Amino acid sequence: MSLPAFAELLERLVFTPGRNAKLALLRQWFADQPDPERGIGLAALTEELTFSAAKPAMIREIVAARTDPELWRMSYDYVGDLAETVALIWRPRAGVNAPPPLLSEVVEALETTPKAEIPAVLAGWLDTLDAGARLALIKLVTGGLRVGVSARLARVALAEWSGVAVEEIEEVWHGVAPPYASLFQWLSGQAPRPDPREAPVFRPLMLAHPLEETDIAALRAEDWRAEWKWDGIRVQLTAGPGGRKLFSRGGEDISAAFPEILAAMEFHAVLDGELLVMRGEEVAPFADLQQRLNRKSVTARMLKEHPAAVRLYDILIDGEEDLRPLPFDARRARLEAWHGRVAPARMDVSPLVAFDSLDALARLRDGARAASIEGLMLKRGDAPYVAGRVKGLWWKWKRDPLTVDAVLMYAQRGHGKRSSFYSDYTFGVWREDGELVPIGKAYSGYTDEELAWLDRWIRNNTINRFGPVREVDRGIVFEVAFDAAQLSSRHKSGVALRFPRIARIRRDKPVEEADRLETVLALVENHPR
Amino acid sequence: MAAPHPQDWLRVTPAGLFCEPGGFFIDPTRAVDRAVISHGHSDHARPGHAHVLATRETLAIMTARMGEGRAGATQQALRCGDALDVNGVRVWLRPAGHVLGSAQVCMEWRGSRAVVSGDYKRQADPTATGFEVEPCDLFVTEATFALPVFRHPPPEAEMARLLRSVALFPERTHVVGCYSLGKCQRLIAMLRQAGWDRPIHLHGAHQALCRTYEELGVPLGPLRPATVAKKDELKGAIVLAPPGAVADRWARRLAEPVVAVASGWMRVRQRAKQGGVELPLVISDHADWDELLATCTEVQAPEVWVTHGREDALIHALAQRGIKGRALHLVGLGEEEEDIPAEEPAA
Repeated sequence: MSLPAFAELLERLVFTPGRNAKLALLRQWFADQPDPERGIGLAALTEELTFSAAKPAMIREIVAARTDPELWRMSYDYVGDLAETVALIWRPRAGVNAPPPLLSEVVEALETTPKAEIPAVLAGWLDTLDAGARLALIKLVTGGLRVGVSARLARVALAEWSGVAVEEIEEVWHGVAPPYASLFQWLSGQAPRPDPREAPVFRPLMLAHPLEETDIAALRAEDWRAEWKWDGIRVQLTAGPGGRKLFSRGGEDISAAFPEILAAMEFHAVLDGELLVMRGEEVAPFADLQQRLNRKSVTARMLKEHPAAVRLYDILIDGEEDLRPLPFDARRARLEAWHGRVAPARMDVSPLVAFDSLDALARLRDGARAASIEGLMLKRGDAPYVAGRVKGLWWKWKRDPLTVDAVLMYAQRGHGKRSSFYSDYTFGVWREDGELVPIGKAYSGYTDEELAWLDRWIRNNTINRFGPVREVDRGIVFEVAFDAAQLSSRHKSGVALRFPRIARIRRDKPVEEADRLETVLALVENHPR
Repeated sequence: MAAPHPQDWLRVTPAGLFCEPGGFFIDPTRAVDRAVISHGHSDHARPGHAHVLATRETLAIMTARMGEGRAGATQQALRCGDALDVNGVRVWLRPAGHVLGSAQVCMEWRGSRAVVSGDYKRQADPTATGFEVEPCDLFVTEATFALPVFRHPPPEAEMARLLRSVALFPERTHVVGCYSLGKCQRLIAMLRQAGWDRPIHLHGAHQALCRTYEELGVPLGPLRPATVAKKDELKGAIVLAPPGAVADRWARRLAEPVVAVASGWMRVRQRAKQGGVELPLVISDHADWDELLATCTEVQAPEVWVTHGREDALIHALAQRGIKGRALHLVGLGEEEEDIPAEEPAA
């Protein structure tokens, strides 16, 4: 059952764009499969479990021994992917009627088989499998499943399947390991919650709601504390005798990408903060931090040119003491005292912003135009640190967006529910020489009616097609809202927008009157000095 | 006297294969005086011929698709197994297993026998009579899936995957892109065999030929137009539509559709991903690699001509088996069979 069942799950996950459908597939996997198969499958999907037992060249040799070279060449040419060509062209030896291996058998054999014997073992397995399962096996042993299932998505699926809150699962997640037998036993009510002991686990973050104009009137200034909302990524630092970890907001372990932060974590505490690239006292734009994200390892040059730091917001645990039940004011005092005492390198405390009325605060917010600041955070002085997005305890009050009038240039179809709509728009502004240059791409901000209207317009005004992308006649002006403009060498226009979205369709505005590139460049905040 | 070589009496012309002594074409790509038609797909059956010879089913399908009068000014039905003499050429038909009415065109002239397969498959199909081997001196084959990466899995297993998906997503519509002649009716019949007795909803383009099939004695069970159905009625339903419609505007009327496509091309992931397919079903009405090689061997012909498809791989593999291969590069064949969701439906 197992490897072919896993292959079917993989194939469906690869082809399924929708998050809900992915969750349904995962729930079914957890419900149907026995231990340890379901846990091994989970670990393989989230790439907690990876193998390098076989290199593509080895797979190639195994198949070459059985395949006519000309037919191989034509097939590989046609299919274009080595693993897939092998999976499809493989011809099981006649007379093989062994059952397909279990996932656990594959994992165990890969760990114990001497390298020289791996090709024969692999060939034996391939003989028992159909094409889909062969592809799954090859991807598995060469370490490249790439199915787009994050650990976060997997935890949500576990929560939905078991009825246990996802925050609770997150707290134990980094304390359990494949094949997660203790986790599954707990989630199916057969064992107590696994105790992570001193393992550095993730504690779900406290999150904020956006503050709307209508909410402001109800706020009394004296109940609230304000901090700048820095434009980096929210992180949790956890360090102690059991180890150190740096987690992203969603609980992904990003330690490997930021060794300098790990090295500075000479303490026993759990902290909440913003990860930033900082040069001296100055916070670099988000684009600089982006260079450091999603890396498995990091070069010395990266460390030197894009040095990371953490601006601390909160302290959750000090030594063995859980501070989360304390009110914000008390935690803040503990954070400042802790920072004064421990004085960790590469970390400072995000200052409180003093204000005596919300009007005064609004003026401060509007005045803050530094690229490194997204706006303000408002936190209730008496609020404990609670997981998730509890309304009324924390607000994020982003500064008003900047806007630019830009011309629709290209449109692309969306995914999932939007796959029949042209919903992703690339827009541009006029350069001095009269050429339109793209400055960004947006796929949100419009209503369903506007989307339907744009879709029709795009189909009727296509002037060129490049695969899934249509170039359209110059005829639509968007008012594009964005949080910041930054210089970028990656774009032809030399500028990149932060969080662009369609604010309005300016049906009233002729394209010639859209904005010019100079206007956008004037909004850039990281001009080289 | 030795029998003539088939190339002495069967010629490749711009209009297609021409049987010189018989004075007729096989599946000509332009209007001719006399045509023998292997099956009703539009790349093989073109309108406007003066005289058409084919199975009763193929003639009915042609008439349904082209309209009265355009499917041959005069039509002559020939039953599989019966033979005719056309100017000294013996002509008979044998089932090809491709779609309802599909037949191989068998010809013998002065002791030299040629068989033109048309399109064919060897897998079972409840809507088409199974392929029969006719030994011959020359076999003319298609090669749509002539690469060793194309091995069609058992169609029942693919159908079971579809039904498992329907069970997993009972709130969603499963819309299966499939060609309107043959694949559509085969899928319906297979669903019925698998025990699916609920109404199956059809895109408008699929309705006429389903009626033709039923008139020809192929029962398809309860069918409903998808176009007028309410969204709620389509929850948990199976809808069949042309591949061009499944991922485009037409599909917006469906309830959170799971887009499936049933085609041999679905075997290759990249092809499936291109069309935005969520559930690729490898179900084909063409011979796969193994079937092509097996068939070319079983007919015992020393020479095989390849009309269209991946002829290079097939000819290479035939040479290794001592069979002489020749690529005909017939223009215009294989065009109707491109059943990947298109960027836009072709009207």
